[in-house]
Amino acid sequence: MNAKEIKQYFPILDQEVNGHPLVYLDNAATSQKPVQVIEALDKYYREYNSNVHRGVHTLGNRATDAYEGARDKVRKFINARAREEIVFTRGTTTSINTIAQSYGRANIEEGDEIVITYMEHHSNIIPWQQLAKEKGAVLKYLPLQDNGSVLLEDAREMITEKTKIVSIMMVSNVLGTINPIKDITKIAHENGAVMIVDGAQTAPHMKIDVQDLDCDFLAFSGHKMCAPTGIGVMYGKKELLENMEPVEFGGEMIDFVGLHESTWKELPWKFEGGTPIIAGAIGLGAAIDFLEEIGLDEIEEHEHRLAGYAMEQMSTIEGISIYGPLAGEKRAGLVTFNLSDVHPHDVATVLDAEGIAIRAGHHCAQPLMKRLNCSSTARASFYLYNTEEDVDKLVQALVKTKEYFSDVF
Amino acid sequence: MSFNNLDQLYRQVIMDHYKNPRNKGQIEEGTLTIDMNNPTCGDRIRLTMNVEDGKVSEAKFDGEGCSISMASASMMTQAIKGKEVDTALKLSNVFSEMMLGNDYPEDLDLGDIEALQGVSQFPARIKCATLAWKAMEKGLSEQKESN
Ligand SMILES: Cc1ncc(COP(=O)(O)O)c(C=O)c1O
Repeated sequence: MNAKEIKQYFPILDQEVNGHPLVYLDNAATSQKPVQVIEALDKYYREYNSNVHRGVHTLGNRATDAYEGARDKVRKFINARAREEIVFTRGTTTSINTIAQSYGRANIEEGDEIVITYMEHHSNIIPWQQLAKEKGAVLKYLPLQDNGSVLLEDAREMITEKTKIVSIMMVSNVLGTINPIKDITKIAHENGAVMIVDGAQTAPHMKIDVQDLDCDFLAFSGHKMCAPTGIGVMYGKKELLENMEPVEFGGEMIDFVGLHESTWKELPWKFEGGTPIIAGAIGLGAAIDFLEEIGLDEIEEHEHRLAGYAMEQMSTIEGISIYGPLAGEKRAGLVTFNLSDVHPHDVATVLDAEGIAIRAGHHCAQPLMKRLNCSSTARASFYLYNTEEDVDKLVQALVKTKEYFSDVF
Repeated sequence: MSFNNLDQLYRQVIMDHYKNPRNKGQIEEGTLTIDMNNPTCGDRIRLTMNVEDGKVSEAKFDGEGCSISMASASMMTQAIKGKEVDTALKLSNVFSEMMLGNDYPEDLDLGDIEALQGVSQFPARIKCATLAWKAMEKGLSEQKESN
């Protein structure tokens, strides 16, 4: 895989920011889009924009084919058994909320337990807090080890017959930890709980096989994997989805509407109320084609190498702390860190002046920040178009940042 | 933007307030306690103030945040101590205008605060600078209403 060549597919990366060539290292927040995706959207709007599933006319048929074709691509992308198991949503947040409101409300009772971890993103915490409050259920957090991992023995202890839902991220957007989802799924199933996987940081970066993981639900967002914003996926096992009620009612999702009763369309459409996210789904399909052409294994390997290189280079900076698994351990392509004496916001501002985009803040993971004992961190996150040269620029700029701040002090 | 422009943001005075914050801590018997945070970045501040005879007799802040938010809090407490409540609130308006890059009345003595002018050039940092001011405004306007 040649990241330099791949970079050329991303027009946005070819620009100067504050007088320096842009180095985009905020990919965990959102990724950039290749021309292949931009052109797919352009083509849809120029040539066959139309509502789906309704018209008898030609454009309507083309749009429907493209929209449903994108569903087939997603099915193959995560190796789901059937296309009915793929529901288009607005993103990870909407997917998890839908699962909580539909499956959760119907299946959680007073005293039941829901198990998550300290490292979850707010979108995989608050829907469960709300559900637990509403139902009188108990929300439990799997303890976090200092190297950013969770232990299977803790999972075995905490997940019991009282547990009805286990919901865990596969890859941490802060620590870069890759959680042993397959093993935790087994433990959940042995205790009769369903397993929900937050795949927001997984789908863009490595192969996901839902049949191999055997998880019951998977949520991810298009915008982190080269697709537009506003499109995401809720995967669910057919036998579960079939028994779940929709949470949004209206056009597109109905079978028959009477004055006082209505019936729903079959899967997956009963969960897609209203005019669907047609352009978004088509863009997601194009993004999947693009990523698969390069190869998810190659992308994972490239990012792993880059993160390893970054950790090696960054750890030479005096006074830096790096969070999560150690270099060499299994970890995803991002590095979260703090420079001593310089607040992450200040780091990000100085880096921005050098054309380097990173994230600073709590990364939508306040419980994790509390557990790490800091209010805020800086994060550089990589994607397929990032190069060792980008890492070198980052490291040079961090050294400069330290010098700049030691001068003013 | 080069490192030179950064100097517009990180003025010496600001760095001094960041390194040696004035009025850091909490008043034991603070009549007004305001907690405020910036949900997008995790900065948080606790402002305690005493108001006597319509004047801010004491003000202290505690919290965590970047250089801009902490320096701004330090400067803010310095500026309002001993001032009439109305003057403090007026200062807050002036500060908002300054952050928006607008003109502001020159008749108030802004002292160190003027060094924060450069923040208006860094949109992402304006919220950092205004956090303590929002806390002060909230505390004093509620106090005024209850009187
Ligand atoms: C691990 C994780 N989960 C969930 C989300 C939420 O995704 P979205 O904002 O696209 O719904 C994110 C993205 O910020 C994430 O990193």
